[in-house]
Amino acid sequence: MLEFIFLFLIVAAGTGGELCVSHAMKTLGEVHDFSPSALLEFVWRAARVGWMWIGIAFMTLAFFSLLAMLSMENVSFVVPVTALSYAAGAIGATLFLREKIGTQRWLGVLVVCIGVTLVWLSRR
Amino acid sequence: MKDSPGLHLKTYIFLLFIVLFAPLGNVLLGKGMKSIGSARDWEPQELLNILVRIFTSGYIWLGIACLLAFFVAYMLVLTWADYSYVQPASAFSYLVVAVLGLWLLGEKVNLLRWTGIAVICLGVFIVGHTHPRTTEKT
Repeated sequence: MLEFIFLFLIVAAGTGGELCVSHAMKTLGEVHDFSPSALLEFVWRAARVGWMWIGIAFMTLAFFSLLAMLSMENVSFVVPVTALSYAAGAIGATLFLREKIGTQRWLGVLVVCIGVTLVWLSRR
Repeated sequence: MKDSPGLHLKTYIFLLFIVLFAPLGNVLLGKGMKSIGSARDWEPQELLNILVRIFTSGYIWLGIACLLAFFVAYMLVLTWADYSYVQPASAFSYLVVAVLGLWLLGEKVNLLRWTGIAVICLGVFIVGHTHPRTTEKT
Protein backbone atom coordinates (compact mmCIF):
# COMPACT_ATOMS: atom_id res chain seq x y z
CA MET A 1 0.00 0.00 0.00
CA LEU A 2 2.81 2.40 0.90
CA GLU A 3 4.44 1.76 -2.46
CA PHE A 4 1.24 2.84 -4.23
CA ILE A 5 1.00 6.03 -2.17
CA PHE A 6 4.62 6.93 -2.90
CA LEU A 7 4.20 6.06 -6.57
CA PHE A 8 1.15 8.33 -6.78
CA LEU A 9 3.10 11.16 -5.10
CA ILE A 10 6.09 10.67 -7.43
CA VAL A 11 3.88 10.73 -10.55
CA ALA A 12 1.35 13.40 -9.52
CA ALA A 13 3.67 15.78 -7.67
CA GLY A 14 6.54 15.19 -10.10
CA THR A 15 4.46 15.83 -13.22
CA GLY A 16 2.64 18.77 -11.61
CA GLY A 17 5.99 20.26 -10.57
CA GLU A 18 7.50 19.86 -14.04
CA LEU A 19 4.45 21.47 -15.64
CA CYS A 20 4.75 24.45 -13.27
CA VAL A 21 8.50 24.78 -14.00
CA SER A 22 7.87 24.43 -17.73
CA HIS A 23 5.23 27.17 -17.55
CA ALA A 24 7.71 29.40 -15.70
CA MET A 25 10.46 28.71 -18.26
CA LYS A 26 8.19 29.59 -21.17
CA THR A 27 7.52 33.00 -19.62
CA LEU A 28 11.29 33.63 -19.47
CA GLY A 29 11.88 32.92 -23.16
CA GLU A 30 14.51 30.98 -25.11
CA VAL A 31 18.14 31.00 -23.87
CA HIS A 32 20.68 32.15 -26.48
CA ASP A 33 23.67 33.21 -24.34
CA PHE A 34 25.31 30.37 -22.35
CA SER A 35 28.08 32.41 -20.66
CA PRO A 36 28.27 32.00 -16.83
CA SER A 37 27.12 35.56 -16.15
CA ALA A 38 24.17 35.22 -18.54
CA LEU A 39 23.20 31.87 -16.96
CA LEU A 40 23.45 33.40 -13.47
CA GLU A 41 21.24 36.26 -14.57
CA PHE A 42 18.82 33.70 -16.04
CA VAL A 43 18.67 31.76 -12.74
CA TRP A 44 18.03 35.04 -10.89
CA ARG A 45 15.16 35.86 -13.24
CA ALA A 46 13.78 32.30 -12.88
CA ALA A 47 13.87 32.60 -9.06
CA ARG A 48 11.51 35.58 -9.27
CA VAL A 49 8.77 33.64 -11.07
CA GLY A 50 6.07 32.34 -8.72
CA TRP A 51 5.30 29.25 -10.79
CA MET A 52 8.94 28.24 -10.40
CA TRP A 53 8.64 27.98 -6.61
CA ILE A 54 5.32 26.11 -6.76
CA GLY A 55 6.97 23.68 -9.17
CA ILE A 56 10.00 23.27 -6.90
CA ALA A 57 7.70 22.56 -3.90
CA PHE A 58 5.90 19.81 -5.86
CA MET A 59 9.19 18.37 -7.10
CA THR A 60 10.61 18.31 -3.56
CA LEU A 61 7.62 16.26 -2.43
CA ALA A 62 8.16 13.91 -5.38
CA PHE A 63 11.88 13.65 -4.53
CA PHE A 64 11.33 12.52 -0.93
CA SER A 65 8.68 10.07 -2.12
CA LEU A 66 11.27 8.71 -4.57
CA LEU A 67 13.80 8.31 -1.74
CA ALA A 68 11.20 6.46 0.34
CA MET A 69 10.39 4.12 -2.56
CA LEU A 70 14.09 3.54 -3.31
CA SER A 71 14.56 2.41 0.28
CA MET A 72 11.95 -0.31 -0.31
CA GLU A 73 12.50 -1.41 -3.93
CA ASN A 74 15.35 -1.75 -6.47
CA VAL A 75 16.26 1.12 -8.78
CA SER A 76 15.46 -1.04 -11.83
CA PHE A 77 11.88 -1.34 -10.57
CA VAL A 78 11.33 2.17 -9.21
CA VAL A 79 12.59 4.11 -12.26
CA PRO A 80 10.40 2.28 -14.83
CA VAL A 81 7.19 2.47 -12.79
CA THR A 82 7.60 6.22 -12.37
CA ALA A 83 7.25 6.45 -16.17
CA LEU A 84 3.51 6.57 -15.60
CA SER A 85 4.25 10.28 -15.62
CA TYR A 86 4.70 10.12 -19.43
CA ALA A 87 0.97 9.77 -19.92
CA ALA A 88 0.23 12.28 -17.18
CA GLY A 89 2.79 14.70 -18.69
CA ALA A 90 1.36 14.55 -22.22
CA ILE A 91 -2.18 15.10 -20.96
CA GLY A 92 -1.05 17.89 -18.62
CA ALA A 93 0.95 19.61 -21.39
CA THR A 94 -2.14 19.59 -23.61
CA LEU A 95 -4.50 20.83 -20.92
CA PHE A 96 -2.37 23.33 -19.00
CA LEU A 97 0.46 24.41 -21.34
CA ARG A 98 -1.71 24.27 -24.49
CA GLU A 99 1.01 22.44 -26.39
CA LYS A 100 -0.35 21.03 -29.65
CA ILE A 101 0.61 17.37 -29.60
CA GLY A 102 0.30 15.73 -33.02
CA THR A 103 -0.65 12.13 -33.77
CA GLN A 104 2.98 11.08 -34.29
CA ARG A 105 4.08 12.41 -30.92
CA TRP A 106 1.10 10.77 -29.19
CA LEU A 107 2.11 7.51 -30.91
CA GLY A 108 5.67 7.95 -29.61
CA VAL A 109 4.39 8.53 -26.08
CA LEU A 110 2.21 5.42 -26.39
CA VAL A 111 5.14 3.26 -27.60
CA VAL A 112 7.31 4.59 -24.76
CA CYS A 113 4.57 3.63 -22.29
CA ILE A 114 4.31 0.09 -23.76
CA GLY A 115 8.08 -0.31 -23.41
CA VAL A 116 7.95 0.93 -19.85
CA THR A 117 5.18 -1.57 -19.08
CA LEU A 118 7.33 -4.44 -20.44
CA VAL A 119 10.20 -3.31 -18.22
CA TRP A 120 7.84 -3.26 -15.27
CA LEU A 121 6.58 -6.78 -16.09
CA SER A 122 10.18 -8.04 -16.27
CA ARG A 123 10.38 -7.70 -12.50
CA ARG A 124 8.20 -10.80 -12.04
CA MET B 1 7.27 29.88 -36.91
CA LYS B 2 11.01 30.63 -37.21
CA ASP B 3 13.74 28.58 -35.49
CA SER B 4 16.93 29.96 -33.96
CA PRO B 5 20.12 28.59 -35.66
CA GLY B 6 20.98 25.01 -34.70
CA LEU B 7 17.79 24.48 -32.70
CA HIS B 8 17.78 20.71 -33.27
CA LEU B 9 21.52 20.30 -32.51
CA LYS B 10 21.23 22.37 -29.34
CA THR B 11 18.22 20.31 -28.26
CA TYR B 12 20.02 16.97 -28.83
CA ILE B 13 23.09 18.12 -26.85
CA PHE B 14 20.95 19.05 -23.85
CA LEU B 15 18.96 15.81 -24.12
CA LEU B 16 22.31 13.97 -23.88
CA PHE B 17 23.06 15.74 -20.58
CA ILE B 18 19.55 14.84 -19.37
CA VAL B 19 19.84 11.11 -20.19
CA LEU B 20 23.27 10.84 -18.53
CA PHE B 21 22.80 12.76 -15.30
CA ALA B 22 19.28 11.62 -14.35
CA PRO B 23 19.99 7.84 -14.33
CA LEU B 24 23.36 8.29 -12.61
CA GLY B 25 21.64 10.38 -9.95
CA ASN B 26 18.91 7.76 -9.45
CA VAL B 27 21.42 4.90 -9.21
CA LEU B 28 23.44 6.82 -6.59
CA LEU B 29 20.26 7.64 -4.62
CA GLY B 30 19.21 3.99 -4.81
CA LYS B 31 22.58 2.83 -3.50
CA GLY B 32 22.41 5.40 -0.70
CA MET B 33 18.85 4.54 0.34
CA LYS B 34 19.55 0.81 0.29
CA SER B 35 22.35 1.36 2.81
CA ILE B 36 20.11 3.59 4.96
CA GLY B 37 17.09 1.26 4.89
CA SER B 38 13.35 1.96 4.98
CA ALA B 39 11.18 3.12 7.88
CA ARG B 40 9.40 0.39 9.85
CA ASP B 41 7.03 2.21 12.21
CA TRP B 42 6.90 5.64 10.54
CA GLU B 43 7.20 7.35 13.93
CA PRO B 44 8.52 10.95 14.03
CA GLN B 45 11.75 10.00 15.86
CA GLU B 46 12.50 7.22 13.38
CA LEU B 47 11.78 9.49 10.40
CA LEU B 48 14.05 12.16 11.90
CA ASN B 49 16.86 9.62 12.26
CA ILE B 50 16.40 8.51 8.63
CA LEU B 51 16.39 12.16 7.51
CA VAL B 52 19.68 12.76 9.33
CA ARG B 53 21.21 9.66 7.73
CA ILE B 54 19.97 10.78 4.30
CA PHE B 55 21.65 14.19 4.60
CA THR B 56 24.93 12.71 5.89
CA SER B 57 25.20 10.10 3.12
CA GLY B 58 27.84 10.72 0.45
CA TYR B 59 25.93 8.70 -2.15
CA ILE B 60 22.81 10.79 -1.58
CA TRP B 61 24.73 14.07 -2.05
CA LEU B 62 26.42 12.75 -5.19
CA GLY B 63 23.02 11.66 -6.47
CA ILE B 64 21.57 15.10 -5.67
CA ALA B 65 24.49 16.77 -7.51
CA CYS B 66 23.79 14.65 -10.61
CA LEU B 67 20.07 15.39 -10.42
CA LEU B 68 20.80 19.12 -10.07
CA ALA B 69 22.95 18.97 -13.22
CA PHE B 70 20.05 17.16 -14.90
CA PHE B 71 17.59 19.76 -13.61
CA VAL B 72 19.61 22.71 -14.97
CA ALA B 73 19.88 21.04 -18.41
CA TYR B 74 16.15 20.26 -18.26
CA MET B 75 15.22 23.85 -17.35
CA LEU B 76 17.33 25.26 -20.15
CA VAL B 77 15.95 22.95 -22.83
CA LEU B 78 12.38 23.78 -21.75
CA THR B 79 12.95 27.43 -22.64
CA TRP B 80 12.73 26.52 -26.34
CA ALA B 81 11.33 22.97 -26.60
CA ASP B 82 7.91 21.59 -25.63
CA TYR B 83 7.53 19.73 -22.36
CA SER B 84 5.68 16.94 -24.20
CA TYR B 85 8.73 16.60 -26.52
CA VAL B 86 11.42 16.71 -23.84
CA GLN B 87 9.76 14.33 -21.40
CA PRO B 88 9.37 11.30 -23.74
CA ALA B 89 12.78 11.98 -25.34
CA SER B 90 14.35 11.60 -21.90
CA ALA B 91 13.12 7.97 -21.91
CA PHE B 92 16.63 6.98 -23.08
CA SER B 93 17.36 7.24 -19.36
CA TYR B 94 16.00 3.71 -19.03
CA LEU B 95 18.78 2.32 -21.20
CA VAL B 96 21.37 4.16 -19.11
CA VAL B 97 19.70 3.04 -15.85
CA ALA B 98 19.84 -0.60 -16.99
CA VAL B 99 23.49 -0.30 -18.03
CA LEU B 100 24.47 1.46 -14.79
CA GLY B 101 22.43 -1.01 -12.74
CA LEU B 102 24.31 -3.83 -14.48
CA TRP B 103 27.77 -2.27 -14.07
CA LEU B 104 27.58 -0.46 -10.75
CA LEU B 105 24.95 -2.34 -8.73
CA GLY B 106 25.29 -5.82 -10.24
CA GLU B 107 21.56 -5.99 -11.06
CA LYS B 108 20.36 -8.72 -13.40
CA VAL B 109 18.64 -7.37 -16.53
CA ASN B 110 16.62 -10.09 -18.26
CA LEU B 111 15.51 -10.37 -21.91
CA LEU B 112 12.03 -8.94 -21.27
CA ARG B 113 13.57 -5.84 -19.69
CA TRP B 114 15.96 -5.33 -22.61
CA THR B 115 12.96 -5.73 -24.95
CA GLY B 116 11.07 -3.11 -22.99
CA ILE B 117 14.05 -0.78 -23.22
CA ALA B 118 14.25 -1.34 -27.00
CA VAL B 119 10.55 -0.47 -27.31
CA ILE B 120 11.15 2.68 -25.26
CA CYS B 121 13.98 3.67 -27.62
CA LEU B 122 11.62 3.13 -30.58
CA GLY B 123 9.12 5.46 -28.94
CA VAL B 124 11.88 8.00 -28.42
CA PHE B 125 12.83 7.69 -32.11
CA ILE B 126 9.24 8.42 -33.13
CA VAL B 127 9.04 11.42 -30.79
CA GLY B 128 12.45 12.64 -32.03
CA HIS B 129 11.06 13.02 -35.54
CA THR B 130 8.49 15.60 -34.48
CA HIS B 131 9.22 19.32 -34.26
CA PRO B 132 10.63 20.38 -30.86
CA ARG B 133 8.28 23.34 -30.61
CA THR B 134 4.57 23.46 -31.40
CA THR B 135 3.67 26.72 -29.67
CA GLU B 136 4.58 30.27 -30.65
CA LYS B 137 7.53 31.97 -28.92
CA THR B 138 6.58 34.34 -26.08
